[in-house]
Amino acid sequence: MLARTADSLYWVFRYTERADFVARTLDATVRLASLPQAYLGKGNEWESAVASASDLDLFKTLYATANEDTVRDFLAFNPQNPSSIRNCLQTARENARSVRTALTFEMWEALNGAWLELKSFDTNMNREEFSRFLDWVKRVVLVFDGAAYRSMLRNDAYWFSRLGSAVERADNTARILDVKYHLLLPESEWVGGSLDYFQWTTILREVSAVTAYHWVYRQSVKPWLIADLLILNRQMPRSLANCYEILVRHLDLIAEFYGRRGPSQRLASATLNRLSSERIERIFGNGLHEFVEDFITTNNKLGAAIAEQYLN
Amino acid sequence: MLIDSFDEMNGRPGSAEVRPPYASLRKWLDDTSAETFDARRDQAEHFFRRVGITFAVYGDNESSERLIPFDVIPRVLMKSEWDFLERGLKQRVTALNAFLADIYGPQECLRAGIVPSDLIFQNPQYRLEMKDVAVPHNIYVHIAGVDVVRVGENDFYVLEDNARTPSGVSYMLENREVMMRLFPELFMSHRVAPVENYPDALLATLRSVAPIRQSRDAVVTLLTPGRYNSAYYEHSFLADKLGVELVEASDLFVKDDVVYMRTTQGPTQVDVIYRRIDDDFIDPLAFRPDSVLGVPGLINAYKAGNVTLANAIGTGISDDKAVYTYMPDIVRFFTGQEPLLQNVPTWRCREPDSLSYVLDNLGELVVKEVAGSGGYGMLVGPHATKAEIEDFARKIRHSPEGFIAQPTLSLSTCPTFAASGVAPRHVDLRPFVLSGSDEIRIVPGGLTRVALKEGSLVVNSSQGGGTKDTWVLDGGS
Amino acid sequence: MRLQITHETRYTYEQPARSIMQILRLTPRNHDGQHVVRWRIEPGAEGKLTSGSDHFGNIVHVFSADESVQDLAIVAVGEVETSDVAGIVRQAVERVPDGCYLRSTISTEADEAIRAFAEKQRDGAGRTLPTLHNLMEAVHGAIRFDRDPTSTSTTAAEAFALGLGVCQDLSHVFIAAARHLGIPARYVSGYVLPPEGVVMQQAGHAWAEGLVPDLGWVGFDPTHLTCPTPSHVRVAIGLDSSEAAPIRGSRRGGGGETMAVRLTVEPAPGGQYQRQE
Repeated sequence: MLARTADSLYWVFRYTERADFVARTLDATVRLASLPQAYLGKGNEWESAVASASDLDLFKTLYATANEDTVRDFLAFNPQNPSSIRNCLQTARENARSVRTALTFEMWEALNGAWLELKSFDTNMNREEFSRFLDWVKRVVLVFDGAAYRSMLRNDAYWFSRLGSAVERADNTARILDVKYHLLLPESEWVGGSLDYFQWTTILREVSAVTAYHWVYRQSVKPWLIADLLILNRQMPRSLANCYEILVRHLDLIAEFYGRRGPSQRLASATLNRLSSERIERIFGNGLHEFVEDFITTNNKLGAAIAEQYLN
Repeated sequence: MLIDSFDEMNGRPGSAEVRPPYASLRKWLDDTSAETFDARRDQAEHFFRRVGITFAVYGDNESSERLIPFDVIPRVLMKSEWDFLERGLKQRVTALNAFLADIYGPQECLRAGIVPSDLIFQNPQYRLEMKDVAVPHNIYVHIAGVDVVRVGENDFYVLEDNARTPSGVSYMLENREVMMRLFPELFMSHRVAPVENYPDALLATLRSVAPIRQSRDAVVTLLTPGRYNSAYYEHSFLADKLGVELVEASDLFVKDDVVYMRTTQGPTQVDVIYRRIDDDFIDPLAFRPDSVLGVPGLINAYKAGNVTLANAIGTGISDDKAVYTYMPDIVRFFTGQEPLLQNVPTWRCREPDSLSYVLDNLGELVVKEVAGSGGYGMLVGPHATKAEIEDFARKIRHSPEGFIAQPTLSLSTCPTFAASGVAPRHVDLRPFVLSGSDEIRIVPGGLTRVALKEGSLVVNSSQGGGTKDTWVLDGGS
Repeated sequence: MRLQITHETRYTYEQPARSIMQILRLTPRNHDGQHVVRWRIEPGAEGKLTSGSDHFGNIVHVFSADESVQDLAIVAVGEVETSDVAGIVRQAVERVPDGCYLRSTISTEADEAIRAFAEKQRDGAGRTLPTLHNLMEAVHGAIRFDRDPTSTSTTAAEAFALGLGVCQDLSHVFIAAARHLGIPARYVSGYVLPPEGVVMQQAGHAWAEGLVPDLGWVGFDPTHLTCPTPSHVRVAIGLDSSEAAPIRGSRRGGGGETMAVRLTVEPAPGGQYQRQE
């Protein structure tokens, strides 16, 4: 297939994934912020939402303070924020339009329909309307993903789209960990006590894993288990390990189909091997923050390797 | 001003008589409630919007993606009428191809005085780069969109031979698709010749003109200027239906006079390019150096015979409005037959007698700029204000060689939904003629364009025109 | 006269540029009054150089670089023997019908002002040659040589309105006016021996040719107010400068570019004065 087509498909899936992530971040943050002050920690939950879902420096050039209004505007609608939900959907749709023939009708209809519908939302919403808006965004991505899953041929086009989703997911999960790692460190258990419970469940909510957590661990919420779930648990669809399982599988399919392996296959399987042999205790022992930062760098390297090998 | 014109349904406007092909359609119009039609029209619009059939209007930023209005009442031709049209179109396109092969080759028609040579040589559409270049299979116009108008029961005129990169075929296909979805019962009661095989016919045509080489299926691509082009929807639609890659210039490169596309598996050689980019922009090293839409070196690869461009470079000379006036003689010279389709009588303002006639009769004539297209550089005398006529007269006096004039043709009308209900509106027809190395293929019908404003004769979508499904009734009475 | 020419064009890109492809019209041909003794094209990068000719009959080299480069010099070097033919071009390769040279292009379109200007140069007896001489003088008078205000994309009409320009602009105006008068005219790119004392030139030269009945193509150099002399070396022709341009190139990436020309045209040493020691 055309390198440009693969590139656009890859980015369509990165941007739709990102839109979903930003929506979930906003949803979880609205919930957290609606708790009585006594249940909240010292930090600014709005600022931390911006830090994990977008670019805090950019935010600060556009707004004086981080509060519900400004962060909602920035993350959901602001055209100057390349990762605002609006821009994610627009960029995804623009990419889709430029490779219209690589998409099935159902996928195009889902994205194009969403883009047309997005224009009909009044950005001046109350909390209830905003929450319905976020639900709508999540539904759009579900429909789009489902359309891809149900209607695409299982060929390189499909595999590149899976790569886009998985690289983006891994990045998103790692970003949450990067911003909130301090909440998961052992000392905070003693310092914050039950206070942090709501921060922890917010993290789980951001990756849609509140229920999953209980099914997997069958015990009350513990910060190191949250880290374990997000980093190492292969059953958890947004964990780093699961994302890399998907990356390795689809990169292998591509390599087999094209009859040639390259740097991206080597990088992805090295990272998966590392995640498979890790223990959460050892990660905490060596420093959670260092681990996450290192992972983000590695993940970016993989993105660059995929681009170099296939998309240019 | 109302022009007394042939009505496709009633014969004469306002007549109670109904022509045979429209008999049961008339009944359908009478029996279907206004509410049903309203609902169906909404559904049609919804369908077009969802699939993304839009076109861009140049210089219109606000709604850069707009829908072309679709009218649900089909335009109907009898099989016998179509058979005649088809013969005429094949004859015309055969002549166009022979004419191009001649003026880029031996130039016998110039020596024979069929067409004045200065008209060819001084025309920038005559590409000097193409002189004595052997194009694959000697075919220049692989895809032609010939605009035909009807002025009487048996009178069909060719208005324009679009031989460069004619568009509109996606509307022909999608109009049928939406009609079949909205009015399935109509297709049970009418035997309408299908058009859905057009992409197959196009692909067969393109494959048939690949440069001759051994043991490999021809790689065909469709080259688009990109998603900001007004016809981008059509480009992506066709690439999809053909099952070929939709490429932009940056996807292609030329090495050692061979064209490759960049793929996820490295470079792949390209044999046939169905290009929807104008000559001027296709290769910055050969034509306009400021073009960012072109592929550097493409013309060298083309001249080396390593790739087929469809249509060929330099076909614009054959649909030039000045050359058009010589078409009847061109058809006679190259086919040895009398032309089946008529040419609109035309005054060439470059000739002094014609010029003075034209200036004296501007109020009754349609004046066209020779270099213009899209209905912009055009004066429709009977519909123009005095000021517009005076303005145009100045332009004509200033450079008479830039204009031709034709009588105001009374384009046929077809029943169409208007604000006031069903009313006659003027229509034309653009059939698409495909010329391969094996045969000429035409799917029955084409794109009917309709001027939605009462009395208007301008059907261009950029000027408020709409489209209709076009039916060729098989075995009709 | 025997002229020795070294013409270097050096491109420098901000970053390494990929897929460089250049069309070079840098090689003179033989015709009456001009004999190419030796000539070579030397691209300053690894790559493929092929040669052929274009529809005007110009010799064209296509250069494709193998690798990314940030700096690329193209050198044309050689020797040409010229003699005085009063600017009349005979025995040159002619591929395009004469009528095509009446065609106007974007840069040679005659606007109202140029048309009026052209009309004033018509010879009273309707003879072509005197008309073209009148035109050459008039263009020379109407446009003062000035490197600053115009660029390679300036049109004849723009330059004429400014009253300023370089040899390209004067030639375009000459051509636009001649075609308006119904005289086929074309653009010539080439070289000229500079006045005594000038060694390095920053650009090649350009002039025009008009078609004179019974005489054929005749050169007119409105910049120097002369028909081409043995000091002129004729390289390429076209409808306007873009078609006769010495180099047209394309590339991917590279960012901005700067171009510098170093050109020397000088009498070949010894050529005329060889004598026994």
